[in-house]
Amino acid sequence: MSELQDLAESVFSDAWDNTATGFDSELWKTCEQTGIARLTLPEAAGGSEGSLTDAAAVLTAAGTYAARVPLVETDLLAGWLLHAAGIEVPSGPLTAVVAADLRVQRAASGATVSGTLPKVPWARSAAGIVVLVGEQVLLLDPASVAITEGANLAEEPRDDVVLNDVTVAAGSIADAPAQVAVEFPLRAALGRSLLLAGAARAALAMAVKYAGERVQFGRPIGKLQAIQQQLALAGAEVAAAAAASEAAARAAEADGFDSPATGFAIAAAKARCSEAAAVVARITHQVHGAIGFTREHDLRMATTRLWAWRDEDGSDSFWNDRIGARVLEAGAGGLWPLVTGTP
Amino acid sequence: MTVTTMTRLPSLVPPPVDLPERVAALRADVRAFLAEERAAGAWHPRADVWLTGWDERFSKELARRGWLGMTIPTEYGGHGRGALDRYVVTEELLAAGAPVAAHWVADRQIGPSLMRFGTEEQRQKFLPGIAAGEVYFGIGMSEPDSGSDLASVRSKADKVDGGWELTGRKVWTSGAHHAHAFFALVRTAPKDDTNRHAGLSQLIVELNSPGVEIRPIPLLTGAHHFNEVVFDKVFIPDSMVLGEVGQGWHQVTSELAFERSGPERFLSTYPLLAALVGEIGRTELDAGRRRDLGGLVSRLWTLRRMSLAIAGALESGAAPELAAAVVKDLGTRFENEVIDAARLLLSIPPDPGADHGYARLLADAVLQSPGFTLRGGTNEILRGIVARGLGLR
Repeated sequence: MSELQDLAESVFSDAWDNTATGFDSELWKTCEQTGIARLTLPEAAGGSEGSLTDAAAVLTAAGTYAARVPLVETDLLAGWLLHAAGIEVPSGPLTAVVAADLRVQRAASGATVSGTLPKVPWARSAAGIVVLVGEQVLLLDPASVAITEGANLAEEPRDDVVLNDVTVAAGSIADAPAQVAVEFPLRAALGRSLLLAGAARAALAMAVKYAGERVQFGRPIGKLQAIQQQLALAGAEVAAAAAASEAAARAAEADGFDSPATGFAIAAAKARCSEAAAVVARITHQVHGAIGFTREHDLRMATTRLWAWRDEDGSDSFWNDRIGARVLEAGAGGLWPLVTGTP
Repeated sequence: MTVTTMTRLPSLVPPPVDLPERVAALRADVRAFLAEERAAGAWHPRADVWLTGWDERFSKELARRGWLGMTIPTEYGGHGRGALDRYVVTEELLAAGAPVAAHWVADRQIGPSLMRFGTEEQRQKFLPGIAAGEVYFGIGMSEPDSGSDLASVRSKADKVDGGWELTGRKVWTSGAHHAHAFFALVRTAPKDDTNRHAGLSQLIVELNSPGVEIRPIPLLTGAHHFNEVVFDKVFIPDSMVLGEVGQGWHQVTSELAFERSGPERFLSTYPLLAALVGEIGRTELDAGRRRDLGGLVSRLWTLRRMSLAIAGALESGAAPELAAAVVKDLGTRFENEVIDAARLLLSIPPDPGADHGYARLLADAVLQSPGFTLRGGTNEILRGIVARGLGLR
């Protein structure tokens, strides 16, 4: 286990609180102080210049301990996109989305923007909202927009952001570099896969612990083969999620996001992690019985995230459709080269 | 939730590995050879080839190219290469549906076991033949009354002058009617109820020895792969004890990470999947069916990453038995999922009489499927191992 992973585990576990929801500003401060907040960004953008495999360790830990901070959004998405577009990266937590339809009127002094951004992660707490719209990257000041609060299944902020003729200064708008529109969803899906792998591991750890403590029929339920077999099935899913998400991070680190092999790896990883989420949530709840179904119990911290995250940044259905299309394009003889990443 | 809760959970998969640059050329060579063989019509891709595809010519061709006994040191006729080199060769062969059964067991686990536990004499006697694709092995573990409960084996060897006298029987021994030898797990000391794993040993039994009788046990298709091997006072010289007398259980279980994590644990029906992709490409495919197909392939990609991670751990000397059990459970279930998906996605019925192609692959896969989740430890036993690893037992 790396030092970074130890650090991340200790930081996130200290912040564990199953009575709180929304942005954890104390934890965010710690993330900034330790360099975790902008782990993969270049120094020029206030980052720690870590690798994507470093990010994998940190994000898996964040998923495990249900960290209530926008790490993927700030580091992998907003910070990356701003830096790539040549816009100065502001301090504080950031968020980023790809906008389907936003009206942008450019002028010499910047731009005027109108429209709605649905379900923006952590928008209410962000110091900057970054938008990729068509060929342009915008940095929005949260003070200039109207926010309607919303949440995902895990009570994480997913806010609607309404822009009504919002003025964006010249320094906050730039042409989007080539390929960012392809790279953005891959980065988001990679980040989400790692968080899912962490949450799946947490749910399993809680179920194993509970099965060792809960006594029925005069012995811990973990001694019953029926329970053991179920937890082993969950264990296999946890292992698959870890292997898939870590392999995808390594592919992105080694070959870059624009490599077709990386695109395939991330698609497969997100699909597999989302699939694992369903099985792990179901089994760990079944093992916990009614207590795991209560608000006071820790289990929901993991399982509600599994349910929310499996659908965010592309569900298994979405990514498997992409994989299916790649497979059909490759044909019978091209399937094996696709799976091995070796043409 | 505390850090302790988390850290008590063992690692269920070793760290990911990247294949070294050196294997790219090796992979290309294997693919070129397989393309030549297919073009020459030497064989047709089949499902479950590592059980059913016995082809000694093919095994010798592989050996001639240096692709058997790859991890065996050169002084024993091998090639001194790494576990990942071997991995690349075996996954290419399995994906092609090539006939690899003759050498499979010898190459996969007998070579590594002889290197680990064998005497110099045993190594000299068997390893060069294994690497040459000329010496084939079976597996001598299961017995009529000892399946999942392997430690209950009753075949026994009594000490006699200069060796052991072996009596008993083994079953489900694939390829014993062609193979030269197997490692028999037998009782060499009376059963001790306080330590049932004690008193077991592995003997190297040459299958042409006097007193060895091999009887076919036809599979449900009638095909002859399985055998019953009966020992009637077979003399095994002391020099053919593998490892230490009494250490058989430890030795057998140390083979398991090799036996359980390889690509054959999720590629047995890969040729069917590839043929399915070929057939389906000719039809109009709606989004739902495209997703089902994509789902199979994302699972396959993940299994391969898991299996590779274990190969990487094996190469660095670890024996990740827990992770191997996980891969085998997931992988053998996947082999069946390919069949289920093929039946749902296409309306082409299986045809066991077809010479080759999708309908034949489907027929073979269905008829071989009961074995996938039984051989090498049933999935239920594997989950028991995982449960123990999780601290539940």
